[in-house]
Amino acid sequence: MKIVVSSTGSTMDSAVDPRFGRCPTFLIIDTETMSHEAVSNTSIGSAHGAGIGAAQSVAKLNAKAVITGNVGPNAHMALSSAGIEIYTGASGSVRNAVEMFKNGKLSKAGRATVGGHFGQSGRGRGRRT
Amino acid sequence: MKITVASGKGGTGKTLVAVNLALSVEADQVLDCDVEEPNVYIFLQPDKTTVKPVELLVPVIDEAKCTYCRKCAEFCQFNALFVVGETAMVFPELCHSCGGCKLICPVDAITEKPRSIGDIYLGEADGIELVYGKLNIGEALAVPVISAVKEEAKDEGLVILDSAPGSACPVVETVKDTDFCLMVTEPTPFGLHDLEIATEVVSQLGIPLGVVVNFAGIGDRGVYEFCSEKSIPILMEIPYNRRIAELYSDGIPFLKEMPEWRSKFQSLLEKIKEMTR
Ligand code: SF4
Ligand code: SF4
Repeated sequence: MKIVVSSTGSTMDSAVDPRFGRCPTFLIIDTETMSHEAVSNTSIGSAHGAGIGAAQSVAKLNAKAVITGNVGPNAHMALSSAGIEIYTGASGSVRNAVEMFKNGKLSKAGRATVGGHFGQSGRGRGRRT
Repeated sequence: MKITVASGKGGTGKTLVAVNLALSVEADQVLDCDVEEPNVYIFLQPDKTTVKPVELLVPVIDEAKCTYCRKCAEFCQFNALFVVGETAMVFPELCHSCGGCKLICPVDAITEKPRSIGDIYLGEADGIELVYGKLNIGEALAVPVISAVKEEAKDEGLVILDSAPGSACPVVETVKDTDFCLMVTEPTPFGLHDLEIATEVVSQLGIPLGVVVNFAGIGDRGVYEFCSEKSIPILMEIPYNRRIAELYSDGIPFLKEMPEWRSKFQSLLEKIKEMTR
């Protein structure tokens, strides 16, 4: 099964990036062979809609599941409609996260785990809060 | 003449200056362009307001025609479209209404429908026409609402625009095409930091500017040194005064209780007129 992990780097020992839309790298992993490939996330710099852009990239990679820390409402909607399962709450190394996934220790996110604009600094919606 | 009242930092008294200036010089119109937090109406209390919706055109995909070729999604710079497999989705709140996807679709599967993002309000108070906008909660696009407010601007007479704080797109949208920018700041390191950025933006737009120091007497000399170094005139100082603060929090323009300020705001306008001559 082909899964995608939001990652801070391009190896299995890189740490999982908790942000789905704004992680620098997607690691595409075959859970049977543990072979992997790194793809950079082209949506990282989007002012808005990074989650949707990232979901579009992941869908093109033909992944069946995404493992990340948190997922926002738009990305959740996009991934779900693409039939991609979302597992959240992953942390530590990518290798560790995949092991947890294989052992059924990650929770499947039925809905968004954070609001929009998670992991984006600066002003935007909701200034002066 | 159009005068924008702006500030690098929120809470420096921008609205206080805009309202008291407008009342002192009997401005013809005030445009509150801070559409995320309009507050001029609290002080001017207009009556008989009329409301106009602000709408953007957003795409609708006809899935009966769509071939899921993904051209629209690849074109959209704002990630407002998502096409995968046999699904095409529009995320209207991300759409900037550029119309590009409709043009690019090879099978004409895209039409447009209006989506409300806010409203503008028109009213009158003390002989001054007030126009203000309100962006709907959760909406990110302030600029189209600001331009809807600015479309109501009178061509003649004195128009005062109250800008959003900061130096981002809403400020640029408000300040552009106006004749003068009055920058309100407080004499503290925070005030100075934000003033530096905001004056840089306004200068780049080629708009003459001057500074009003509010809460004068607190803080340090940083703002004064910066202004003299950059040859930005300080046109007025409003001292830190408990009574002014109380009136502000009660929604009363301080001019109404402290009429001696009328002539000060009038001479402020005279200085601005000289600078724009
Ligand atoms: S460009 Fe037109 S046909 Fe292609 S995916 Fe978009 S809406 Fe469908
Ligand atoms: S109108 Fe422009 S911004 Fe809106 S969805 Fe189409 S391409 Fe994207």
